[in-house]
Amino acid sequence: MAFEGLRSRWYARQLGSDADLATYRTLHTASLASPALRQGLNAESVERALRHLRNLLGTAAVAIADTHDLLGYDGLSTHHADQAQAIALRAVDATSTVVAGRAELACDTQGCLVQQAIASPLVIDDRVAGALVALTDEASASLLRATEEVAAWVSGQLELAELDESRHRLVRAEVRALRAQISPHFIYNSLGAIASFVRTDPDRARDLLLEFADFTRYSFRQHGDFTTLAEELRSIERYLLLEQARFGDRLRVTLQVAPEVLGVSIPFLCLQPLVENAVQHGLRSVAGGGHVTIEARDADRECVISIEDNGAGEDPGRIREALAGESAGESVGLANVDERLRTTFGDEYGLVVETAPGAGTRVVVRVPKFAPGVAP
Amino acid sequence: MSSNALGLAAVLLVTVATLAIGTWGLRFSRTTSDFFVASRSVHPGLNASAISGEYLSAASFLGIAGLVLSFGAEMLWYPVGWTAGYLVLLVLVAAPLRRSGAYTLPDFAEARLESRTVRTLASVMVVAIGWLYVMPQLQGAGVALRTATGLPGWAGGLVVAVVVLLNVLSGGMRSITFVQAFQYWLKLTALLLPLVFLVVVWLGDGGRSPADPSLFVGGESGTAWADPVDFAGGHPLYSTYSLMVATFLGTMGLPHVVVRFYTNPDGRAARQTTVAVLGLLGLFYVLPPVYAALGRLYAPDLVGTTGADGVVLELPSRMIGGTGGDLLTALLTAGAFAAFLATSSGLTVAVAGVITQDVMSKRVEGVTAFRLSAVVAVVVPFLLALVARDVAVATVVGLAFAMAAATFCPLLLLGIWWRGLTDAGAISGLFVGGALTGGAVVDNLLVDRDGGWFAALVSQPAAWAVPLAFATMVAVSRLTPHRLPAHTSRFMVRLHTPETVQLDRG
Repeated sequence: MAFEGLRSRWYARQLGSDADLATYRTLHTASLASPALRQGLNAESVERALRHLRNLLGTAAVAIADTHDLLGYDGLSTHHADQAQAIALRAVDATSTVVAGRAELACDTQGCLVQQAIASPLVIDDRVAGALVALTDEASASLLRATEEVAAWVSGQLELAELDESRHRLVRAEVRALRAQISPHFIYNSLGAIASFVRTDPDRARDLLLEFADFTRYSFRQHGDFTTLAEELRSIERYLLLEQARFGDRLRVTLQVAPEVLGVSIPFLCLQPLVENAVQHGLRSVAGGGHVTIEARDADRECVISIEDNGAGEDPGRIREALAGESAGESVGLANVDERLRTTFGDEYGLVVETAPGAGTRVVVRVPKFAPGVAP
Repeated sequence: MSSNALGLAAVLLVTVATLAIGTWGLRFSRTTSDFFVASRSVHPGLNASAISGEYLSAASFLGIAGLVLSFGAEMLWYPVGWTAGYLVLLVLVAAPLRRSGAYTLPDFAEARLESRTVRTLASVMVVAIGWLYVMPQLQGAGVALRTATGLPGWAGGLVVAVVVLLNVLSGGMRSITFVQAFQYWLKLTALLLPLVFLVVVWLGDGGRSPADPSLFVGGESGTAWADPVDFAGGHPLYSTYSLMVATFLGTMGLPHVVVRFYTNPDGRAARQTTVAVLGLLGLFYVLPPVYAALGRLYAPDLVGTTGADGVVLELPSRMIGGTGGDLLTALLTAGAFAAFLATSSGLTVAVAGVITQDVMSKRVEGVTAFRLSAVVAVVVPFLLALVARDVAVATVVGLAFAMAAATFCPLLLLGIWWRGLTDAGAISGLFVGGALTGGAVVDNLLVDRDGGWFAALVSQPAAWAVPLAFATMVAVSRLTPHRLPAHTSRFMVRLHTPETVQLDRG
């Protein structure tokens, strides 16, 4: 006995009291259901989450419906599924919690564990998206409260899922915007530069026009989220040729590319904006013109690409703000590239920017040679 | 003494050159005027030289000559198999593997079967095969250093282990195609140049045929020596076929070979590269057997001893002697050392990469993780080389091939050519193949058996382990059709459609 008492006291000190343990258990069960719910409200995610939600509520059965149909039913007495759907739809219509008694859950089974039901609506962004139904033998006030709380928590998870989805939509929209954004100044200036060669050097003007055509075809292409490093570099090369036609010796470019990494798959147009930034920074710099260095190194499983200019540099704080999406302006491209790299390869593959006022800027992109699902 | 000094100098030269290239790298600076050069990918010929440079190991440079000297022409199946493996790779694997976009074998497993478990198991196999392949390299280095400088055997292994480790840690030779390509031509020259002199001496001595029926060396007549099927063990036919299965099918599963195919821009270039590799290897493998044949005439005392692996290095001093002989020995030592370094470094990088990604990176940060992994990747095979009994270099390499053939060959062939493969099938197949060949390896390294069917089966496990692994993969996949990856058809289209065909590959 003494030993038992000692042990329970030891447990209490190490792991918390019984109430603490119950809290941990609840939080843990909730965390198990969370990944499934973050996939959004559909039959598959509901099927994976329901088991944990039933553990959370401790009822005979639980069910989730959207605004039309039952998405899943987990637990005993599956013959009540249709009734659960009816109750769920009632809660959806009422946009508040409803309690159903024995009359609505009539069945022939002797000693059926489902006698009463509580349905609570799932609300995403003030819009009712479905309902959570807890089926039990005896509905109590505490179960009513618990059901409402769990429904609110599920709603929160579903809202996060919506947020993920809208973030992806935003990224896709930004790529489209980026494609359109390349244009006005650059197109105007390039055509101007080409025009200046038409009389003096018609052959060069023709070559530049063809480069310009190829450049726009690549930048405005509609299919595919990914491209190879070789393709992207080819497009950057055209861009630089056009810029050099305009600036002549004021723009110098050095390139070091390990041929081993040319086949690496990268998000479409993820280097182009960085090079454009570097060219602008470089040209805005001191006398002697800008110098841009583009380097792609092989680092076993990764490819490391760095784009460096000798320009005026920038306050690191401002870059941090730009990457966090807090400031608009010319660094939109930077934040966009960073976001797309993170969503494609994971957070550890974000942009690294090294800069200081007067010291130039160096942007480093790391790309894994292989990532599941990433291919041009 | 002077020969020892020259040998040491050669080893030092190769070591310093390798480390220097690794540390400072080869930097080609380019400006926009030759931008097009920059975006041009590696030429298949250069890439083929690089693959051959990394592939030709101590087993090829020293081991084959030793085996052919001791056991005769039937040992020619080793170089034949090591070359023919690329034929299988060319026909069945090269182009689809490149199109899959995978960099390593675990990458391919994950992409094809959409399963982390298969990936983990494949990673374990990469490490096992890598260690088994590095171990004989270290043993071979011991032989080379003992012959050239008189150091004890373990010291040579230690020197190579340390140099490989430094080389890998300095980021050297990682995948600089140009450096690896140079390695091939260095090895070819190091073997070819002395051979020219040796053949001239042999002709000057009257040019007696090493296969002369009346020439008895180690109790074996010239006819028996030149017979391609008369195998040393108790069951020659079985052993020969099993060896062929292992080498033909094992090449595609070597971790340091597969990563080089990533450098090819597309599947077509991957095939062209493989064809060129076949040519380059064929050229190289003509040379070691000639050393073995000369060794029968000029170094008969080495036949059947563990010193047979050193026959290539012994011949110049025995046939020419003097400073000329010492210089040629130094050149051969340099070539042999380059062979250990290239192969061991490539494998160590491959193994360390796997350990970093799947084990270390969860516990340690970035560069430290890779360094720790590299240490593990070198130390384990070094300890294995110390513990294991004295087995011929080529035999252990043959076992590494058998293990690759029983694990990655079924995974690649079924993964590429059969849409019915499931993750459960792949896991059980990898497990069966890995366990069977792994057991055979342990038995081989620890127990010395003479004759009998069991000894033959264990020393050449490929002929039974490979079909069993295939059968397991197919059977379990058939039993678990509900586990078919969701995007199998889409992935198959990617693998088998030439890049020139326009289609949505997303």
